[in-house]
Amino acid sequence: MTSPAVTLAGAARTGDRRALGRLLTEIEARTSTGRAALADMYPSAGSAHLVGVTGPPGSGKSTLVAALASRVRKQGRTVAVLAIDPSSPITGGAILGDRVRMQAHAGDAGVFIRSMAARGHAGGLALATLDAATVLDACGFDMVVIETVGTGQGEVAIASLAATTVVVQPPGLGDEVQALKAGLLEVADIVVVTKADVPGADQAAGALRAMLTVGAQHDRMAGDRPRPTRPEVLLVSAVEGTGVAELLAAIDRRAPGAAGDRRDAARFRDQALVRAETQLLGLVEERVRTRMQSGEARSRLNVEAQAVAAHEADPHAAADRLLDLLMGKNGE
Amino acid sequence: MPDRPIKVLIAKPGLDGHDRGAKVLARGLRDEGFEVIYTGIRQTPEMIVSAAVEEDVDVVGLSILSGAHLTLLPRITGLMRDQGMTDVLVTAGGIIPDEDVPVLREAGVAAVFGPGTSIGQVADYLRANARPRGT
Repeated sequence: MTSPAVTLAGAARTGDRRALGRLLTEIEARTSTGRAALADMYPSAGSAHLVGVTGPPGSGKSTLVAALASRVRKQGRTVAVLAIDPSSPITGGAILGDRVRMQAHAGDAGVFIRSMAARGHAGGLALATLDAATVLDACGFDMVVIETVGTGQGEVAIASLAATTVVVQPPGLGDEVQALKAGLLEVADIVVVTKADVPGADQAAGALRAMLTVGAQHDRMAGDRPRPTRPEVLLVSAVEGTGVAELLAAIDRRAPGAAGDRRDAARFRDQALVRAETQLLGLVEERVRTRMQSGEARSRLNVEAQAVAAHEADPHAAADRLLDLLMGKNGE
Repeated sequence: MPDRPIKVLIAKPGLDGHDRGAKVLARGLRDEGFEVIYTGIRQTPEMIVSAAVEEDVDVVGLSILSGAHLTLLPRITGLMRDQGMTDVLVTAGGIIPDEDVPVLREAGVAAVFGPGTSIGQVADYLRANARPRGT
């Protein structure tokens, strides 16, 4: 049984870059070929270190990822990059410009870079990001770096997907109060202050270090209460090449099986479980959306939307009725 | 998925740094609903083809104002042929004399858009001629 999906998956796994590029298109477009290939490849994925890189637009994510990739290659390891940029909510079009910073790696078989448009998905990622990462993982890349859309304070989805989350903070964005706020910084495993060659970078790193460690002495006494992560804060200048080796070392310390102790293994199991649950919830949501767009559900959605818009039905009750319809509880 | 956006690589081969046209076109195609990958200036043919392979684009749009189009563009289409990318549409734009157009067409460049071409014209051409895929 050599379906086109299995042929494509097989070719991608043996290093055929065109096949891999094509396969990622199938994955992105949510085709049946893409799904069959993913099903074929899923069992052999799971050994790559998934690293998320997020931070504000223009903070230096792409430049940092390119520098990181060079470092990984120097050590003889391979790396794949998924670089996500936003889609227009108006036209669906997109400018995918992250490659501009990464073109030095062209022609190196140990690096594979793929841009992805978010295609209407919120949270800084595309719907198919995790599936695409799984494919790259199954193709044997040692590290898969996911660069999110430029994010602000609240796009924490990457943390439930990546094994290690790097939050990039350029200098000059705000005072210590910004570092006190809840959200993105709370889920960072590593915080990188980029543009370390720019005046003010030291102070920014200092402020982040001070504020992110507030309350750290209470972590041990917190018991089962959830606590924010206590990230390392690193200064990096990708232009001058300083701090990149330290960043890679910090990332590697968090790689699956790096320390090899039992607590580590437990952490990875927990993470994998959280990741799987998040992924499943996302896929269920996607399926609900898709089913709502066709057949009887579509016309009932129109009817309910009109009633809600006219304030004749309340939105929560209407949503319940639509869900009942999807689940076959028509009540008729 | 017939509604999948058309993916276009906009690249500048060679040594000229005049990227205003490429950027304006990239932005214009974005507004026309295309997904545009922009790779910046001073790209070698190898870099461009490598990006086209990894991104699995439907169209490669080459912007060139240096006068080296008769050398660089056939090299790019040649590398693409080597990769079996015969289903990818290649177009060019920039300062390209009329008498060079047949030579480029012979080399596999499907269309040459000179000065004065509107973004709408380019978008319509790409919609009509880019391969439909991912179904």
